[in-house]
Amino acid sequence: MSTVLPAPEPGYTGYIQEDHHHDYAGDSVFGFWVYILSDCILFATLFAVYAVLQNNFAGATEAVELFELNYVLAETALLLASSFTFGMGMLAANNNSMKGLFGWLLVTFGLGAGFLVMEVNEFIHFTHEGAAAWDSGAWSAFYGLIGTHGLHVFAGMVWMLVLFVLLARDGLSAENRTRLTLLSLFWHFLDIIWICVFSFVYLMGVM
Amino acid sequence: MAHHDTTHAAGGAAHGSVKEYLVGLLLSIVLTAIPFGLVMSGTAGEAVTLTLILLCAVAQVLVQLVFFLHMNTSSEQMWNTMSGAFALVLVAILIVGSIWIMQHLNHNMLLGH
Repeated sequence: MSTVLPAPEPGYTGYIQEDHHHDYAGDSVFGFWVYILSDCILFATLFAVYAVLQNNFAGATEAVELFELNYVLAETALLLASSFTFGMGMLAANNNSMKGLFGWLLVTFGLGAGFLVMEVNEFIHFTHEGAAAWDSGAWSAFYGLIGTHGLHVFAGMVWMLVLFVLLARDGLSAENRTRLTLLSLFWHFLDIIWICVFSFVYLMGVM
Repeated sequence: MAHHDTTHAAGGAAHGSVKEYLVGLLLSIVLTAIPFGLVMSGTAGEAVTLTLILLCAVAQVLVQLVFFLHMNTSSEQMWNTMSGAFALVLVAILIVGSIWIMQHLNHNMLLGH
């Protein structure tokens, strides 16, 4: 003899129903936010190393002799402007304007490239002036900190290139919107790190 | 694809507006110009300059968090803010702790003191 169960309601699937579809994009954004915070801790260690070693020039050229604030101000302007233009790109994406998004992203890419060229140029100049990474503890810490930031900017630009291809292929799909949001978090984060760099390394370094 | 509501995106990340970005940009420019101007002109004393560099840096970080990253205290962003506060504590322990310990070491290396 079998037990007779009541017939399931129409539409019953056996799964627990959720009011909304699962918010995968939200999980990605939060997960990426946690990555950014862990990156903050990486930069905090590099800043701590720089703070401890910043006066250990060991007879090599000192920072005061080489830092040029006009140059750093120009780098700062490029990065700040790129942070703003990325924001404009996000707004264009929200308005479903593919043209606007591509335009603003291209400007952002150009500004980022300009920043990176200036930074590499500065490194080459410093190295020729007797302040290479291997010359003293202070310069090792300097190149370690600034170089890590520069590598992040480079990674952001590679990501931007990949996103250009994906946007051209799939348009403003849900996945591409998520990728764009994550890259914007990353790009703004790099500008925030740069605020600490110019304040603690350059400005306080020439005082 | 169905459009999300216009004020909030996934994960509590708000979209912002042109005005918001412009205000953020202007405030950032001012907060960059003040410390650079002070150090380049060398008008203020060392203590004043140092304090203002610090204040402007903290202010600009906050400006960019609010106007560019659109952080706020809404419940949607609770986890973002909480994890951010936790990271801030770790960063403070790392930096302050390192400087503190290394200064004590340096001090103890000075013979005759």
